[in-house]
Amino acid sequence: MQHSTWIYIIIMILTTNLIRVIPLVLIRGEIKNRFIRSFLYYVPYVTLAVMTFPAIMEATNSPVSGAVALILGIVAALCGLGLFPVSVICCLIVFILEFFI
Amino acid sequence: MDNKQAFTKGLRHGLPIAMGYFAVAFSLGFMAKKCTLTPIQGFIGSFFTRASAGEYGVYTLVVQDAGYLSVVIMSLITNLRYLLMSTALTQKFSPDTSLIKRILTGCCVTDEIFGISIAFPEHLNPYYTFGAFTISTPLWALGTMSGIIAGSVLPSRAVSALSVALYGMFIAIIIPPSKKDKAVAAAVAASFLLSWLVRSLDVIRQFKISSGTITIVLTIMISAVVALIKPKEPEKGPTAQE
Repeated sequence: MQHSTWIYIIIMILTTNLIRVIPLVLIRGEIKNRFIRSFLYYVPYVTLAVMTFPAIMEATNSPVSGAVALILGIVAALCGLGLFPVSVICCLIVFILEFFI
Repeated sequence: MDNKQAFTKGLRHGLPIAMGYFAVAFSLGFMAKKCTLTPIQGFIGSFFTRASAGEYGVYTLVVQDAGYLSVVIMSLITNLRYLLMSTALTQKFSPDTSLIKRILTGCCVTDEIFGISIAFPEHLNPYYTFGAFTISTPLWALGTMSGIIAGSVLPSRAVSALSVALYGMFIAIIIPPSKKDKAVAAAVAASFLLSWLVRSLDVIRQFKISSGTITIVLTIMISAVVALIKPKEPEKGPTAQE
């Protein structure tokens, strides 16, 4: 192999962290533009939703257990449960369901 | 909430992240092993990068002996969403947060840590993010290392159950604001639907467009459309719209 694996890793570390830091160095004040503010307000929810579905059905051994975990997770969150309980409920559902599937 | 309390809260909220990380990193480790990485390379790479899709992409380049420039491009494309996330975080700090704390918080950004940080009530206390980082990062790195060393030791049913921990947390983050704000609910519903539709398109499958790229494109498009239809008034704070 001609290239060094360590150099690959160092480039990966530097590039990935630079992407994370650049906006925080450049933008320090409050953004006034209404469109950009609104856009940034929606970004977190949209990106998490896009990453959750349909990925949750592909992460589990059976798509059915992933789908049930999603639905019951939503119900649990609607009932006001926090991050950790919702997360544990989803794991338990998959663990139990996959005894039967 | 003082810094110590924020840090402790971060540790607590970071626990499910850490569990999920271990499971995901473990499977990343199998892949890294196929790409000739040693356990220590996997540990260091994961500890300082903390990007599943990005690491996956780069490790496949290692085994192909690709040029170094392609590592930069791969890291940029697979992690472009972090640029959006960090930009969103710039608006979450209190104005007196120091630059060094902003930079350190930026380095902590992953999908999950961003998710809980943006859900922090009012201004973000960086120590909350640091807490979540402190508990989750070692497990991400150890998971990768264990995956490389152990191969398939953890039973697949356990991996299957643990891997929904992350999604359970995402759900807990996006659902409560959807209950309060109809526009967020509509954005979340549209995201589920479009994500599912786009990812099942034959064209996407044929051209092997990466999941990270789809996430970026959909995030920008859906957020822009919702922002045009339902803009947030700049003079009102996030709590004043109800």
